[in-house]
Amino acid sequence: MIPIPSTLAQWSHYIAACLFALGLFGFLIRKNGIVVLMCIELMLNALNLFLVEVSMRSSHPEGIIFVIFIITVAAAEAAVGLGIILNLYRLKGSVHVDLFKSLKG
Amino acid sequence: MDNLLLWTILLPLLTAVVCALLPVKVSKIVAVASTVVGLLLACLIYERFIPEALNGFQMVLRVPWITRYQINFALGVDGLSLPLLLLSKFIMPIALLASWGITNHARVLTICFLVLDAAMAGTFLATDIFLFYIFWEFVLIPMILIIGVWGSSERIYAALKFFLVTFAGSLLMLVAIFWLYTSYHAQFGTYTADIASLGYIKFSTDPVLWGLTAQEWVFLAFALAFCIKVPLFPLHTWLPDAHTQAPTGGSIILAAVLLKMGTYGLLRFCVPLTPDAFARFSPIIAVLGLVGIVYGAWVAFQQEDAKRMVAYSSVSHLGFIVVGICALSPEALSGAVLQMVNHGLSTGGLFLLVGILYDRRHTRKLSEFGGLAKVIPWYAFFLVLISCSSMGVPGLNGFVGEFLILLGTFQTHPLWATVAVSGVVFAAVYTLVMLRAVIWGPVKNEENLSVKDINPREAFLLGVLSLFIVWLGVAPQSLLGKIKPSLDVYWSQNSGNRETASVILPPRDSVEGEAGPRE
Amino acid sequence: MQVVLFGLILIPLLGAILNGLVLRSKHTRVAGGIATACSAACFLLALSLSLNYFETGTPLSAALPWMSAGPFVLNWGLRFDALTLVMTLVITGIGTLIHLFSIGYMDEEKSPYRYFAYLNLFLSAMLLLVLGDSLPVLFVGWEGVGLCSYLLIGYWYEDIDKANAGMKAFVMNRIGDAAFLLGVFICYQQFKSVTFTEMAHLTATSNSLSVWWLEMAALCLFVGATGKSAQIPLFTWLPDAMAGPTPVSALIHAATMVTAGIYLVARTAFLFQVSPDVSQWMAYTGAFTALFAATIALVQKDIKKILAYSTVSQLGLMFVALGVGAYSAALFHVMTHAFFKALLFLAAGAIIHGLHGEQDIFKMGGLRKHFPLTFLFSSIAVAAICGLPPFSGFFSKDAILFAALASPTGDVLLWGVASLASLLTAFYMTRFYLLIFFGDYRGEAHPHEGSALLWIPLAVLAVGSAFAGLVGMPHGLHMLPDYFGQLLSPVLPAWQETHAFLGEIGAMSVAVAVAALGIGTAFVIYRKGTGTGEKLARAFSPLYKLLLGKWYIDELYELTIVLPFKALCRFSSRIIDRAIDVTVLFPARLARVGGTALSLVQVGAVQVHLWIMVLGGLVLLWWALRGLVV
Repeated sequence: MIPIPSTLAQWSHYIAACLFALGLFGFLIRKNGIVVLMCIELMLNALNLFLVEVSMRSSHPEGIIFVIFIITVAAAEAAVGLGIILNLYRLKGSVHVDLFKSLKG
Repeated sequence: MDNLLLWTILLPLLTAVVCALLPVKVSKIVAVASTVVGLLLACLIYERFIPEALNGFQMVLRVPWITRYQINFALGVDGLSLPLLLLSKFIMPIALLASWGITNHARVLTICFLVLDAAMAGTFLATDIFLFYIFWEFVLIPMILIIGVWGSSERIYAALKFFLVTFAGSLLMLVAIFWLYTSYHAQFGTYTADIASLGYIKFSTDPVLWGLTAQEWVFLAFALAFCIKVPLFPLHTWLPDAHTQAPTGGSIILAAVLLKMGTYGLLRFCVPLTPDAFARFSPIIAVLGLVGIVYGAWVAFQQEDAKRMVAYSSVSHLGFIVVGICALSPEALSGAVLQMVNHGLSTGGLFLLVGILYDRRHTRKLSEFGGLAKVIPWYAFFLVLISCSSMGVPGLNGFVGEFLILLGTFQTHPLWATVAVSGVVFAAVYTLVMLRAVIWGPVKNEENLSVKDINPREAFLLGVLSLFIVWLGVAPQSLLGKIKPSLDVYWSQNSGNRETASVILPPRDSVEGEAGPRE
Repeated sequence: MQVVLFGLILIPLLGAILNGLVLRSKHTRVAGGIATACSAACFLLALSLSLNYFETGTPLSAALPWMSAGPFVLNWGLRFDALTLVMTLVITGIGTLIHLFSIGYMDEEKSPYRYFAYLNLFLSAMLLLVLGDSLPVLFVGWEGVGLCSYLLIGYWYEDIDKANAGMKAFVMNRIGDAAFLLGVFICYQQFKSVTFTEMAHLTATSNSLSVWWLEMAALCLFVGATGKSAQIPLFTWLPDAMAGPTPVSALIHAATMVTAGIYLVARTAFLFQVSPDVSQWMAYTGAFTALFAATIALVQKDIKKILAYSTVSQLGLMFVALGVGAYSAALFHVMTHAFFKALLFLAAGAIIHGLHGEQDIFKMGGLRKHFPLTFLFSSIAVAAICGLPPFSGFFSKDAILFAALASPTGDVLLWGVASLASLLTAFYMTRFYLLIFFGDYRGEAHPHEGSALLWIPLAVLAVGSAFAGLVGMPHGLHMLPDYFGQLLSPVLPAWQETHAFLGEIGAMSVAVAVAALGIGTAFVIYRKGTGTGEKLARAFSPLYKLLLGKWYIDELYELTIVLPFKALCRFSSRIIDRAIDVTVLFPARLARVGGTALSLVQVGAVQVHLWIMVLGGLVLLWWALRGLVV
């Protein structure tokens, strides 16, 4: 019995959920390291969307503050992640994630 | 800062710092000089030690440390710790000089020895249970480095085994220490970490777990740590590996001092703090000691590696000391304390001798030697002399200790003494077999013909050791007389039942209060 | 005078240090001269102490502190009484002669300083043994002589068999020593003292002592004595000890050290007086040992082995005397035996030296022409050991035999066994004598008499062997008083004669007849060399082989004790110790195995980890929300 939303703003958390699911799906099954990173970004941004919506609806500003933090952290994370991927590419000549198994115990 | 005891700990530590900044060769000389000064300090302590002062520790130092919990940096010396302090300070320059030839990271080795020196002195002198624990564990760190870095081929395995086995026991001891500490607070409302004061805890006689009382659990936790260190019979297997792999200096210290920390702990903690449990379990420990005496000798007889043989002989000799402690008779007690020193001298000497041979032939296999009496007569002389001391030939030090232990044990437990006496026979068997393999017989191996006799440095070390071996054999009274009154008091407090002892000496804190050093 | 007592011990000790550690002279005469001088100085000291004792009649004592622990106080206490006097004179007197002999005997040694250092060290330890006024001080000397014996037997250590012989001696002695120690502990438990005078006093006066424990103490001390004095079952080391240089055999393994057991029992006579069972046991052990060793000596061919078994046999006789309470007779035999057995050993040494190491008496013969002096002195010694009057052995042996018969604790069986042993002794000593000195020379080496250094000590000992018996003449002869017994009477308990089927004169006649029978039989068989003896050996081949093989006791011990012991040690070392090691390290291994197992989860592929993370997160989410959703 999910109520049908009437405006885009009301739709947005469904959109956020879909985006998150897409990101998670890609995160788990895609083999290209860069795409995996992009999927992480997708999940983060899905979360951002959700937070903005909730914040707007409840007229509390905390959600927006979180979003700003997340954007900052995501930027840093993307930089570090891309750096790692780049180095791995130099090492192995590919960014295929199955090639990286040196964490095996 | 005029407390001598403090300086026995501070001096090696300061020297270690200085050595870190000096060139290698100079640092060695400075270290030896400093340990000799340490020995002189110990002699000064011996000189100032008043045998007749019977009220516990002397030259007490008590610096508040963690004041909120009444944990102090407290040092003191009594009849139990004095001989061991002397021994550890005496052995230190010998161990350093025995390691003179090591060139690999020599400065770090020197620093390790100095830190070890400080930690050992602290272990014997600490009168605060937490301070004791810290020093006790601190001894491990330089020792595993000495074994693991400067040892023989299997050194890492041996160091790891040594560390894990001894540390496992120590952790249980820590639990017991905390238990005592909190129990005291629960009973008396104040905190104390003073070892003597902790003896006034009243234990409940109700079983807490598996039919054992709290006192018995505390005892077992302490005893496990100490018996591993001794090492008592089924817990001894770390010892041969550690001894075999350690460099000569490390072996000397390990045998001469580290093992004694175990027997010292038994006397310092198990007997006074948990007397009822000790009374209950001492037969078991004594039987294990007896098994160790006989079994150690049997296994020593079979060894092909000279160092392993000496290591197993230590198991046998330490068995005597443990039996002497468990017998709880005044003669056996004195004998046990004296034998700790004697074993340090004789086994330290034997390890030194094996090391000398190893330096020349790069092997410790007994079958590689033979007929060395002809090639290196002075070496043979010292080997025979120190072996005699080890197997308890009267006139030398080993006899006095063993004799007193057996004499005292016989008064309380004739059967134990009868079994232990057989160890005297077995000791002759393995020692003589070793002598035959090393120095008697024809020279079978060509390489042995070019072995050089001991050099002046080695002759000096062996000469000093031999001097004390003879001295303590002929005139042990110079040490026994010094510690006798103290041991007599110890015995009278711990032999009878606990209530009488408490009446004689009420809890110290209730008399004098917590603060302030006692003189 | 007290200091002089310590001088007796310190002089040879200093001599040993000087020779062994300081001078290390390669010249036999230098090293031997120092050692002999020390020994002679001791003898003179002992002589002056003895004269002092004769004048004053009171024992001297001296003490320095040794150890104290709790109520136990022990001094380096020395005491010079009549018993010590006898022993000290024998030790230093014969010791000096043997030192002198050694200079001649060890003339081709490369390291004579070692030999003479050991010899002096032995002297020091032996003197401490007899001077010690308490059991532990005696024990110091006791173990000290054992150590010197070990070093001297293995003196030619390059021969591993000799080193082994030394080891065997030490270990067997140690078995006895362990029992000795137990004896000391029992004494301390009973008397709260370990000095002889106090213990003797308490035994006589105190009524709080447990007789059972005193018997145990006596038994333990006796077992200790069997080790040192080579009695059954701890006797097999003594024949092997002949591996040492011959003067050593003379001094240590005939005259002095092996009699330490006798001395110990005599010294603790107060214990044995209250332990009749142990005493009887001791008498029978002695008698049986005497007979047993004599049978072995019948067929041996090695000149020193014969003498060694003869020593075991004679020591057995001394234990018979101790067992029946005739302590003074035992000590008398100790003294005369010291003379004639040392003489025999030194004569053997002179012969071995003259024959360049030959020890087989079947390769000797007719040596009286080549060794006229040695022959002369040996004749006296053989007469003495066979028990021919008036030589010394006759009086001492007769005293023992008579005591075995007529003492309250003696009986005919003891007397019979001891007499039989004497018969065999007379036989094998005559065989020894005839095969060496008579008949034709059967060897190859060029025999020659040794230097004066070799025969002068022999001459002195020969005088002793001939006349030493006169100091202890039996009452029955009514010729001279029993000086020896009178001297020792303050120290040693006497025994009361009971009526036996033979009187003193009768017993003496039987003893002489027995000796004559033994000598006569041997003379018949060995008069013409080895021929008849070999025929007899063939005729009784199994018995002969059994005796030649020494009853195979060594093999028996090897099989029943040594091999099982070695197997036990091997089992302990290879199986038990491994098992313990594995068990103790089990927790460590468990941790390692567990860690390895868990590390399998770490496959390393990033996305597998991601899956695990997400699924784990979902599980956690479900667990956190389980009350809110569904």
